[in-house]
Amino acid sequence: MDPAYSKEDDAFRAEVRAFVEANLPPDLAQRGRYDFHPHRDDQAAWTRILADKGWSVPHWPAAYGGPGWNGVQRFIFEDEMRRAYAPTADRIGSELVAPVVYTFGSEEQRQAYLPGIRLGQTFWAQGFSEPGAGSDLSSLRTRAVRDGDHFVVNGQKTWTTEGHHADMIFLLVRTDPNVKPQAGISSLVVDLKTPGITRRPIWTLDEGLTVNEFFFDDVRVPVENLIGQAGQGWTHAKFLLGNERTNSAEVPHTRRDIAQLREIARIERKNGRPLIEDPIFRAKLARIEIDTKSLEIAVLRALTSEGHGSASVASLVKVRGSELRQRVADLAVDALGDRGIAVNVDPHAEYSMVGQADGAGPTPGHGIGIAAKAMFRRATTIYGGANEIQRTLIAKTVLEL
Amino acid sequence: MDFNYTAEQDALRDSVKRFVEREYDWEKRFAIIRSAQGVAPDHWSAFAELGWLGAGLAEDAGGFGGSAVENALIAEELGRGLVTEPFAAHVLATQLLSAIGTDEALALLTELVMAEKRIAPALQEPNGRGDWRIVETHANPPESPPRLTGTKSLVDCAIYADSFMVSARNGKDTNLYLVNANETGVNLHPYRTLDNRHVCDIHLNNAPAQLLATGKHADQAIALAVDHAIVTLCGEALGIMDTALWTTRDYLKVRKQFGTAIGNFQILQHRMADMMIEVEMTRSALFHALGAMDGNDAARAAAVSAAKVQASTGGLFVGQQAIQLHGGIGVTEELNISHHYRRLFVIARQLGDADLHLARFAQATDRVKKADAD
Repeated sequence: MDPAYSKEDDAFRAEVRAFVEANLPPDLAQRGRYDFHPHRDDQAAWTRILADKGWSVPHWPAAYGGPGWNGVQRFIFEDEMRRAYAPTADRIGSELVAPVVYTFGSEEQRQAYLPGIRLGQTFWAQGFSEPGAGSDLSSLRTRAVRDGDHFVVNGQKTWTTEGHHADMIFLLVRTDPNVKPQAGISSLVVDLKTPGITRRPIWTLDEGLTVNEFFFDDVRVPVENLIGQAGQGWTHAKFLLGNERTNSAEVPHTRRDIAQLREIARIERKNGRPLIEDPIFRAKLARIEIDTKSLEIAVLRALTSEGHGSASVASLVKVRGSELRQRVADLAVDALGDRGIAVNVDPHAEYSMVGQADGAGPTPGHGIGIAAKAMFRRATTIYGGANEIQRTLIAKTVLEL
Repeated sequence: MDFNYTAEQDALRDSVKRFVEREYDWEKRFAIIRSAQGVAPDHWSAFAELGWLGAGLAEDAGGFGGSAVENALIAEELGRGLVTEPFAAHVLATQLLSAIGTDEALALLTELVMAEKRIAPALQEPNGRGDWRIVETHANPPESPPRLTGTKSLVDCAIYADSFMVSARNGKDTNLYLVNANETGVNLHPYRTLDNRHVCDIHLNNAPAQLLATGKHADQAIALAVDHAIVTLCGEALGIMDTALWTTRDYLKVRKQFGTAIGNFQILQHRMADMMIEVEMTRSALFHALGAMDGNDAARAAAVSAAKVQASTGGLFVGQQAIQLHGGIGVTEELNISHHYRRLFVIARQLGDADLHLARFAQATDRVKKADAD
C-alpha cells in the first residue's frame, strides 16, 4: 500500500481496476501499448464503454455528466487507464475544449457540443498555434471577419494534435486587429467539414502522424459558433492552457513507461544476466523512479487544492514531468541495446519503428514502438507551453522576479 | 495523504522560528561556531523547555504525542538559521531508545527529552563510507560487563555527551551497547566538519559497556531510528534550500549590473526556476517519506532513501547555484550563503550519500515489488 493514498483512495483504485479488467477489450489494450497514435475507432469504443459507466469525462462537473470525483480520484483513474494501456480519450475535446464550453459557452452550445464529447461521438482539435505564433501565442494572425450571420475565417493553424481524427476544431482567431493583441482574440468553434478547410499532415521524427496543419480559405462560420463574447479568446486560452499544464506533468504515463521499462529490463540480458540486475542500469532506473515519486506527490499536493504551496506547482510539475517522460523513454531505448536503433523499411507504415535488426524481423514484442516513443518524447518539453515559457512563469509569478 | 499541518504543528513551527530569529542572527551564530564546543551553552536546555526534544515521540515513548513530522518541521526551521545543535543526532538517540523499548531504555529516553543527560549515538565507522550497517567494532561478551574494541567516527554531540550508544558485532549479530564517556579504554579525538559541527572519533579499547539490545531487535531499532534521523536531516535540508532560494531571490532584486537588477535577466530567472523545482521536489519527497514512516520496513526504506537522494542532490544544486547567482560575494566566508552551502554539502554525505541511498532505494523497491507480487 502506498502511504500517499488513503484507504478510500485504494478502494477507489481497486474498483476502477476491476472495471477495466472486466471491460477493456484485449485488442484495444494491445494496440494501446504503442499508445501515442491511437485509432479513433478504439478511442470511440472505449469512451462509449466508459460513458455507459458514467466515467468517460472524469474532469467535468456532475451537472454535465462528470462522475463528481475529486482531483486525487481523477488522478487515480488516469493512472489506472494508462496502467492498463487503455486507449486515450479524445483529450482535446474532454479536457481542453469542454471546460471552456461549459465555463464560458451558452446553454445552447453546451447542449450542442458536450454530449458528443462525453459519448465519444465527436472528436475535437485545437487551433491555437500558427507558423508565426508558437510560444508567443498572442501574435496569432488567423482572421475572422463578421459578414452578416457569419464570420469569414482566413489563415493557418499548425501543430494541431490528432487533427486527422477530428470533426470539430476550437479556433483562436483575431476578430479585432485595432486593439492590443490579446484583446482582439476570440474563440470560434468550426465544423471541419465546412468548405474552404484544407488539412495537411505533419510527419514527426518518430515517423508517426500526430500533428497537422490546417488552412482556412474564406471559411464561413455561423456567428452562433462564437464562444462567450468577442475579445474573450485570450481569457479562454489562458484558462485552457492552465488545464493542460496541470495535466501535462503526465505522471500516469511516466509510471506506465517505467513499468514497461522494467519488463524490458527483465527480458534483456547484459553480461549473461538480466539487465535489471546491472548496477549501472539499476542506478539510472532508481533515480527516475525517485524523481517520478516526488513528482507524483507534488501533483497530489496540487490536486488537493488546500495542500501546502499548491498554487505554485503547475508550472513546476510541467517542467519536471515533461523532462521525466523523455528520460524514461531514452532509458527504454538504452535497455534494448543497439537494436534500439533498428526500424522498419517502410517509413510512415503504421508503427514503422518496430525495431528491426539486419532485416531479420522485428525485435521481440517488448521492443515495439520504444524508439518511436523516445523520438516523439522530444515534444513533451515543447507542447503545453514550452519549458522555457514555464520557467519564466515560475520566475515571474512565484518568485516575483 | 494529508498535506496540511495541524494547529499544534503550526504553533511548534512558530516557536522554532521565533527562537531562530532571536538567538541565531548572523553575528550570534558566528560567535557560536567560533566557540570551543560550537554550540551555545544554554540552548539545549531551552530546546527541552520549549518541548522540542520530545515533540517527535509518541506519548507512550516518553514524548508529547508527535511523530517524524514534528522532527522534520523543527529541523526545517532550525535549518533556516543554520543552527548547529545536533538535533538529528538527538532524534537518532531517542528513536533508538524508543525502539529498544526496555524499561531501562525508556528511562534513559526520559532523561534525554528533559535534557538531563546527553547520549551520543555512535553507529558509523571509518570504513563504512557513511553506511551505518557496516560495523567492525566488536564485543568481548564472555566478560561482564562486556567490553568493546573499535573506532566510531564522525560522532555528533560526543564532546559533551555523558555516554555513547554504540553498535558493535558479537559473532554474527550487531548489538547496541551503552558506553560511559569517562570509562577507561574510551578515547575521544575531536575535530570539526565542514559545516562547523564539532564531532569526534571515538576509539574504544576494551572499553566496558552495557548491553542495550541484541540481534534482530537491535537491527530493527537501528534501521527505524536511522530512517527517523534521515528524514530529520531532509527536513533540515529543505529549510536551508528554501532559505537559500529566497535569499538569492532577494539579492537578484537589489543587485544591479548593466543598469538593471540582475533578476531581470532571463538566464538567471530560469536558473532560479530550476532551483525552485528542486526545493519543491525535496518537499514532496519528504512528505512521501514522512507518510511511509509507519509503514512496513521495505516501503519505509524506499521512501526515506528516495527523500535522501533528492535532498542530497537537490540541496547541492540549490546551494551551488545560490553561490553562483551571488557572484563573487557568494564565495566569501562572510556571507551566509556560503554557510548554507557548507551545511548542505555535509547533509548530502551524512547517514549515507546519494549513491548509497540510490542503491538502498533499488533494493527496497525490489522487496516492495516482491511483496506486492506475493
